[in-house]
Amino acid sequence: MEEPHEMSARDTIFASIRAALGVNGHEAPRKKIVADRIAGHPAGVVPQRGNIPPKERLALFVKMLEGAAGTVQAVASADEVPGAVGAFLRRHNLPLAIRRGGDEKLSSVPWSNEPSLEVSIGPSDGKQLASVSHAFAGVAETGTLVMTASPDNPTTLNFLPDNHVVVLDARDIRGDFETAIANLREKYGEGALPRVVNMITGPSRSADIEQTLILGAHGPRRLHVIVVGEP
Amino acid sequence: MVERGKRVGLFVTCLVDLIRPSVGFAAAKLLEDAGCTVDVPLQSCCGQPAFNSGDRQTTRAIAEQVIDAFEGYDYVVAPSGSCTGMLKVHYPELFEGDPNWRARADAFSAKCYELVSFLVDVLRVERVSAHFPGNVTYHDSCSGLRELEVHAQPRRLLGTVQGLTLTEMKDADVCCGFGGTFCVKYPDISNAIVTKKAANVAATGAQTLLAGDLGCLMNMAGKLQREGKAVDVRHVAEVLAGMTSEPPIGGPARGDNL
Amino acid sequence: MTGASTSPQFKDNARKALADVNLQTALKVVEVNFIARRQEVADRLPEFEALRDSARDIKNHTLAHLDLYLDAYEQRVTAQGGKVHYAVDADEACRIALEICRKLDARTVTKGKSMIGEEIGINAFLEANGITPVETDLGEYIIQIRNELPSHIIAPAVHLTKAQVEADFRRVHTHLPADRNMVEPETMLAEARAVLREKFLAADVGITGANFLIAETGSSIIVTNEGNGDLTQTLPKAHIVLASIEKLVPTLEDSAQMLRVLARSATGQEMSVYTTISTGPRRMQDLDGPGEYHVIILDNGRSAMLGGQFREMLRCIRCGACMNHCPVYHAVGGHAYGWVYPGPMGAVLTPSLIGLDKAGNLPNASTFCGRCEEVCPVRIPLPKLMRHWREREFERHLSPATVRAGLRFWSFFARRPRLYSFVTEIAARALTFFGHSRGRFGWLPLAGGWTKHREFPSPQGRTFQSQWKNRTR
Repeated sequence: MEEPHEMSARDTIFASIRAALGVNGHEAPRKKIVADRIAGHPAGVVPQRGNIPPKERLALFVKMLEGAAGTVQAVASADEVPGAVGAFLRRHNLPLAIRRGGDEKLSSVPWSNEPSLEVSIGPSDGKQLASVSHAFAGVAETGTLVMTASPDNPTTLNFLPDNHVVVLDARDIRGDFETAIANLREKYGEGALPRVVNMITGPSRSADIEQTLILGAHGPRRLHVIVVGEP
Repeated sequence: MVERGKRVGLFVTCLVDLIRPSVGFAAAKLLEDAGCTVDVPLQSCCGQPAFNSGDRQTTRAIAEQVIDAFEGYDYVVAPSGSCTGMLKVHYPELFEGDPNWRARADAFSAKCYELVSFLVDVLRVERVSAHFPGNVTYHDSCSGLRELEVHAQPRRLLGTVQGLTLTEMKDADVCCGFGGTFCVKYPDISNAIVTKKAANVAATGAQTLLAGDLGCLMNMAGKLQREGKAVDVRHVAEVLAGMTSEPPIGGPARGDNL
Repeated sequence: MTGASTSPQFKDNARKALADVNLQTALKVVEVNFIARRQEVADRLPEFEALRDSARDIKNHTLAHLDLYLDAYEQRVTAQGGKVHYAVDADEACRIALEICRKLDARTVTKGKSMIGEEIGINAFLEANGITPVETDLGEYIIQIRNELPSHIIAPAVHLTKAQVEADFRRVHTHLPADRNMVEPETMLAEARAVLREKFLAADVGITGANFLIAETGSSIIVTNEGNGDLTQTLPKAHIVLASIEKLVPTLEDSAQMLRVLARSATGQEMSVYTTISTGPRRMQDLDGPGEYHVIILDNGRSAMLGGQFREMLRCIRCGACMNHCPVYHAVGGHAYGWVYPGPMGAVLTPSLIGLDKAGNLPNASTFCGRCEEVCPVRIPLPKLMRHWREREFERHLSPATVRAGLRFWSFFARRPRLYSFVTEIAARALTFFGHSRGRFGWLPLAGGWTKHREFPSPQGRTFQSQWKNRTR
């Protein structure tokens, strides 16, 4: 039964923080500092590594992702994606079946170009061996894919199937994280994000047994990126 | 900027004073050879044992004494990275919030130097005239390395010692396990650390181990000897000053010294 | 409740650790791998040092405005359909988590690695209340089946050899053939993956920690290499985030600054495989994701640290670089520290959280070599903070009586240089008398701590100062 004067945990913690800082929380200058920083989101130190022309940026993206045990191939246009997916599955003796998201960029791919490929649409329930997603962006700085959750790109496709194929537009490869963050803000608005943003750099791995690095811990064993078009 | 003819207050350090004065004499010689006047005011200790044991009051009292005794010199030089670190880096911290003493501590701190760094960085000494034929290896004491950036200077001067070759040991910059009171409060952990260090020293095949801090040197010498490893241990100042007639640390007296 | 500690038995723990052959073998790997990899990846990034400064500054700024950022964060989380709960201490955090689980009739809970989870003892608490928690990070899973605390904040099972893990898997995975071949680590990983995949899919609630909380968007970030954190939070009905108050950073850009130094400092990677930013429960149109998103914000002593000498410790981002470089950690491993947080960061944080009377050994068991501070991505002056603990101990008369007496004895002379010189001259002559021909002592009265493992050198007859006085000029 609550006493009227009893402080909630929230009140207790805030009071304790404010006492420690010597403030009451109503000070206008402090509030302005905080509001300004959130609104202004200054960038800090941005590595220059990815600040290079588009072709070199693409090459850096490939190099970094391959260094993290991902595989990358380039195709000229979306028309070649089904063939590339088929070749990937055959290369690893996998059944010619993929689960993909409903993303428009994947829907507009001519899947019939690879007629023997079974394509189903939706999230994964753990029974699929291979999935195909479309990336929101790539970051050349570290070879990272930025995947945004949505009905068109269910998160489970990124984690449950053993083999994850990601289609990435060459023109969506950014030099650094700050640019990708700005892109997220453009799409989702200030202070807003989709339910989850997965930044993925290679296939799943663990080094927990005697520091020996092994791929395929809980997430996909293979990550294959198909870069489409010119940067 | 060559600073010659300067008056140096030599802070010998309590370990050198008690256990190995030859290091003090070697330091004095190096400084005098480089054109300084060396003075040794009455001193006891820099206060680290009290400081690292949490006794700030005693540490402050000692610091005031030291500053009083030494602040009149142009420079304060010690053959020890950890003592110099205490004087230069930590003394000012002790007087935080005390406007009078803090200013004195800051001024004092600016004059404090580790010996080899003083020779190379301030006096611009480029070579020594010593002979020390043989293979040596060098241990970087933690305070000298991390608080004072002493690393290249001893190697530079050792490179000019005639007949001397330097073989770097694995993990030269890793702690030897001395840590002041640590080695007696946690002797088994300290032993584990110094055992690794002794193995690395022995693996170089060097006949002599050098460093710039007597505490580290005593610790490593003590372990090497307990393990029966035939490595002489000396302070780098002794070699640079060409004053190696004394037995190495923990070494037996020679017949003619009795 | 906050898990019990064996920190008061640090010396005993250390002695056992030094004699533990398996542990010593495993620790060699820490010394070699983590240090080299961090150096390589730092060398590859010209902006690394500047990023460390930036990370430190972001944390300092956030801490100075923590109440306001926390408030902004809570508002954003709520706006996205998530719920923020506050817990003053470990007990409260556990009760809140249990209530969330009970409301959903949860039977099993999967867990991503969470040091806060260890700190509050959530696993034992859930078990005691009839709910089965399953650790999904491979290292945490291994120690869970061994009923141990993690020995390292990034690599919880780093103290074990492959042979030990194999033995544990055989003992626990009884549904598999007893004589199966497990020579290769790959087979062990595959086995763990299969066992845990079933748990992921069956879990009712997923609990993770958070590497950072972002005020701007009301998000939590987790960083893994395995993907277990993602499966933990995506598949069940509810996702519970356990986070302490100092996990906050203001904006997405600030999180990018922090992430760049975190992965490099922790594992020598440019970026961890999975860095996931979660914001609220599944949206109406989402096809997957948790139906509920809860964040339990824990204080447990941290707000008290904000106003005092140990405030800088709140910058810690739990990368583990300090323990990877610590000669004491290399000698005794993480369990010797006796609680959740080992190594230098544990030595500073543990007394704040469980009390100096219990954890006093930890900040004392350091040589102050300074390597930890040298590599800390947010530049925490760890040796200085450890020294502050020693000062507290001294003031409160917590150090052993013999140590205090010895110090008092020494101080009496050190403060009187003339007397000191007199006494040391006598000591020099006396020791030399006994020691000079052999040059050293195998044993000295009162110096047992030294001579147990080392020889002690003989002095050189007289003190330097007395010889200097007689020097002819």
